[in-house]
Amino acid sequence: MAMALRLYLLLIVFVSSAIVSFSLYEDQVGLMDWHQRYIGKVKHAVFHTQKTGRKRVIVSTEENVVASLDLRHGEIFWRHVLGTKDAIDGVDIALGKYVITLSSEGSMLRAWNLPDGQMVWETSLHSAQHSKSLLSVPVNLKFDKDYSILVFGGGYLHAVSPIDGELLWKKDFTAEGFEVQRVLQPLESSIVYVLGFLHSSEAIVYQIDSKSGEVVAEKSKAFPGRFSGEISAVSNDKVVVLDSTRSILVTISFVDGEISFQKTLISSLVEDSGEAEILSPLLSNMLAVKVNKRTIFVRVGDQGKLEMVDSLSDETAMSDSLPVADDQVAFASVHHEGSKIHLTVKLVDDLDTVLLRESIQMDQHRGRVDRVFINNYIKTDRSNGFRALIVMEDHSLLLLQQGAIVWSREEGLASVTDVTTAELPVEKDGVSVAKVEHTLVDWLKGHILKLKGSLLLASPEDVVAIQEMRMKSSGRSKLTRDHNGFRKLFIALTRAGKLFALHTGDGRIVWSTLLNSPACARPSGISLYQWQVPHHHAMDENPSVLVVGRCGSDSSSPGVLSFVDVYTGKEISSSDIGHSVVQVMPLPLFTDSTEQRLHLIADTDGHVHLYPKTPEALGIFQREFQNVYWYNVEGDDGIIRGHGMKSSCAGETADEYCFTTRELWTVVFPSESEKIISTLTRKPNEVVHTQAKVSTDQDVLYKYVSRNLLFVATVSPKGAGEIGSVTPEESALVVYLIDTVTGRILHRLSHQGCQGPVHAVFSENWVVYHYFNLRAHKYEVTVVEIYDQSRAENKNVWKLVLGKHNLTAPISSYSRPEMFTKSQSYFFPQSVKTIAVTSTAKGITSKQLLIGTIGDQILALDKRFVDPRRTLNPSQAEKEEGIIPLTDSLPIIPQSYITHSLKVEGLRGIVTAPAKLESTTHVFAYGVDLFYTRLAPSKTYDSLTDDFSYALLLITIVALVAAIYITWALSEKKELSEKWR
Amino acid sequence: MDKGKAVMGAGRRWAVDFSDQSTVPSSRDILDPPGFSRAPPEQDDSATSRQKKDAEANWKLQQKAWEVAQSPFKNLMMMGFMMWMAGNTVHLFSIGITFSALWQPLSALQSVGKIFEPFKDNKVELLMPKLVFLALNLGGLALGIWKLNTLGLLPTHASDWVSSLPPPQEVEHSGGGYVFH
Repeated sequence: MAMALRLYLLLIVFVSSAIVSFSLYEDQVGLMDWHQRYIGKVKHAVFHTQKTGRKRVIVSTEENVVASLDLRHGEIFWRHVLGTKDAIDGVDIALGKYVITLSSEGSMLRAWNLPDGQMVWETSLHSAQHSKSLLSVPVNLKFDKDYSILVFGGGYLHAVSPIDGELLWKKDFTAEGFEVQRVLQPLESSIVYVLGFLHSSEAIVYQIDSKSGEVVAEKSKAFPGRFSGEISAVSNDKVVVLDSTRSILVTISFVDGEISFQKTLISSLVEDSGEAEILSPLLSNMLAVKVNKRTIFVRVGDQGKLEMVDSLSDETAMSDSLPVADDQVAFASVHHEGSKIHLTVKLVDDLDTVLLRESIQMDQHRGRVDRVFINNYIKTDRSNGFRALIVMEDHSLLLLQQGAIVWSREEGLASVTDVTTAELPVEKDGVSVAKVEHTLVDWLKGHILKLKGSLLLASPEDVVAIQEMRMKSSGRSKLTRDHNGFRKLFIALTRAGKLFALHTGDGRIVWSTLLNSPACARPSGISLYQWQVPHHHAMDENPSVLVVGRCGSDSSSPGVLSFVDVYTGKEISSSDIGHSVVQVMPLPLFTDSTEQRLHLIADTDGHVHLYPKTPEALGIFQREFQNVYWYNVEGDDGIIRGHGMKSSCAGETADEYCFTTRELWTVVFPSESEKIISTLTRKPNEVVHTQAKVSTDQDVLYKYVSRNLLFVATVSPKGAGEIGSVTPEESALVVYLIDTVTGRILHRLSHQGCQGPVHAVFSENWVVYHYFNLRAHKYEVTVVEIYDQSRAENKNVWKLVLGKHNLTAPISSYSRPEMFTKSQSYFFPQSVKTIAVTSTAKGITSKQLLIGTIGDQILALDKRFVDPRRTLNPSQAEKEEGIIPLTDSLPIIPQSYITHSLKVEGLRGIVTAPAKLESTTHVFAYGVDLFYTRLAPSKTYDSLTDDFSYALLLITIVALVAAIYITWALSEKKELSEKWR
Repeated sequence: MDKGKAVMGAGRRWAVDFSDQSTVPSSRDILDPPGFSRAPPEQDDSATSRQKKDAEANWKLQQKAWEVAQSPFKNLMMMGFMMWMAGNTVHLFSIGITFSALWQPLSALQSVGKIFEPFKDNKVELLMPKLVFLALNLGGLALGIWKLNTLGLLPTHASDWVSSLPPPQEVEHSGGGYVFH
């Protein structure tokens, strides 16, 4: 057995050493991988619907994306993902051909060419302090070049030329206590009004000449009270502000430079008043105020007099006002009623005039409407038509027109926070399979085409047909489990609290569900766990996932558990657990008779709660009670605390599934010299094939494989900032390996003159981490392999043959295993966003590191490149084993980018999951985009490739058999004639 | 065919009998040429000379048996050379050579009786040649096994016995990490 395995392993080594890098042919793109482009939750939208040319909408999103979408189909014309720290504050269209974006708190102004998205100019604006950032692009239909873009940000008002981005003038508003609230530029006027509050109690209006930037006039007036920051500009010379008590609306009018206040008590507008809130939509001469869960519309009269004109229920989303024909201004509001949404467009001046009223059936799992943007067009009968772009609670984007959803985009998938995998149902008779199987004729035709392709006989049309056939291979997107485990579901939890199931075959959404909770309207999802994975028993049960959520944003708010059936996407149950959630610990080794996995949830009081709450689970847990530990990392204080189980909290509560804990150990990092920047453990479900590592000379090293190891990286507090902000002498990086049961520090390694950020990956008995070396001005990658010294004596063959060894005996962390490490460092030419490692079903296949580079691509790097056994001159035997000569930097082979020509914009994480076939692993990368592919780190040694031509094989066999028969017959004949001679 | 024979038999006109009845001189009508003696050559009657001849034949047989017994040695040298040429890595050539090196002695050992069959004679001492033959073949076998071992295909190292052992179970279980924010 051992020998067979050895041969097998040798074979793998040979196969893998023969091919150094993973690569793909052009026609293989899209066979195993898919890529989906998203933009994120839309914040601003500007329509561009001229009569000529394509109709488009320019959007900016919370994922810092600016994009141009096709209004007809919702496709992306172009898209730019700005950096994570480059949040977009405003977007607008200037001169009818440039998209202007303001980002980075008003310090970055960019212009993009509207048709193709090329950047035209970029201007970096001086910024002195944090402040609101306001973008004002004058609406000038005449394309008057004298107009300038006004940008307020960082305490300065800037005027920028829209043509080339040149800074025309800037005005300093950085005075102490002064906050600029609005920048207004009336049409056809050369005066710019800048309204601000001094110490929230004095209104100041500056009048600035828009050509020169000089202050023409300055008026101020003290307000007897304080302003809250909420403000709504209702017209060119009036704003309405809420005072700090949130019960008085103050109209500030500054006609001709004179400031006047007019106070209106909210209680005089509505009877049951409470704390008010000004809503964001900009309506002309009107404002929307939220009072007591109702939205009221308040009209601002000419003299600044306020009157309530309408009130709506709270669940209403409104758009900004939009000028329609004849100097009229309209706005849209959307509210829910059952499973329908009602879109209403009314005139601002006359709320009884309804321009449009539509009801649209809406999927329950999209939640409520969050934002509305409207746009009008002239119908053939010269009346106004409206289209509305709505953003739902699950971040999806829909375009409504003529009472129907024209297109929708699932933008929730741009903000995936956690991912897990799930199996598809087993194929059974009677289970309807979406696709009809191919008939024999089709199958034959397909194979003949393939054969033509492989014999280079195919015409260009045939090649296209072959490619299409490969792409649409019926097996890819079936909704059942396959023999190789290639078809799976990736369950993704998004920031909006929505769960998506994505099919690995083609990336389509199989189901999606928005989390609900009896306790609160919309819990925020925290993390995702596999709850029930039937594979031995309970096969009739559907697998399910556990979503841990929370009602509210702080850590003490009550948690919500939600169980979702993986096959159907239905929420099986959702419960409010009545305690907070600070940590969730799956106990993967412990499952009950229905294969539900036991989970411990820790709360803020230091208690842990056992789930599922069944007596059986309790029995299982109590057997292992003494052997369960938990630890928490307090990153701000630099402390890691370990806890053990103490007793049931029966004394305090009647809950028998609740347990108290006691603190066992603490690791305190000196706060003046070390700050925790990264911690990491092994993936709990990782499979390790063997505990032995065999070196070239047949020597054995025993891997120290433990689930209870924590990798911690700390850096000097000075070095915690940006790269290059400290000198090499000031910064040091220290990494630790800590046993989380006993708190013992197993290994400590210090890198002088190095700095974070640290990106690490922990698998089997090794850690690979990436950091910056300040002395060499380069990024470095270090590998640490951990070996067990205490088992190293097990080398007597006879003892091993007779089984007289303790290698498989359970080990305890308290036995203080001796260990030693091997490590090596290399330069790495790129900055890294995330690192992951491939995982296979049995852990036999060699591993690849998946490095998400700064360019949002994923690089597959063989683990052999980060092997501490590499030397400058490996011996012949070492070379044969596949040890690569040591080089100072790790190579980046362009063919080993698994994303080939694509980019996973805004890459945040990479998830790997094993397929059933040992050679293959699923890789799913998420960011703003989603990317999936299947990898075989040692090539597919256990199966034939997809493009293997069975027809060719069959024909060869048939031809050979035929040839044998013919030659046999001929030789018979010849022999006979020979005899007759 | 029967028919043809019958016809032939019936229609025979003449025949020449080539069968030699030379041992019976009386039946011959032609006298032997002078000086020709039909009787077998006279044996040397002296016992010593016969014994000498016997010993000579035995000695020759013995020699031949020894030759046969030593023949694997040449093979051995040849094998050794081939193995040296094949190198210590596992590939088709070296595996083929090693397995033939194992197979040859084995098959020779199986047929050791058959090989010494021609020399089977009570007077010929065959034990020693057989033993030498066996020893040499065993040597060849040992060489093959040694080669197998140098190729790393024999489970003689600790690594061969532990490489399939899964990592030991852990008694304790610990979980946790950063506090959810």
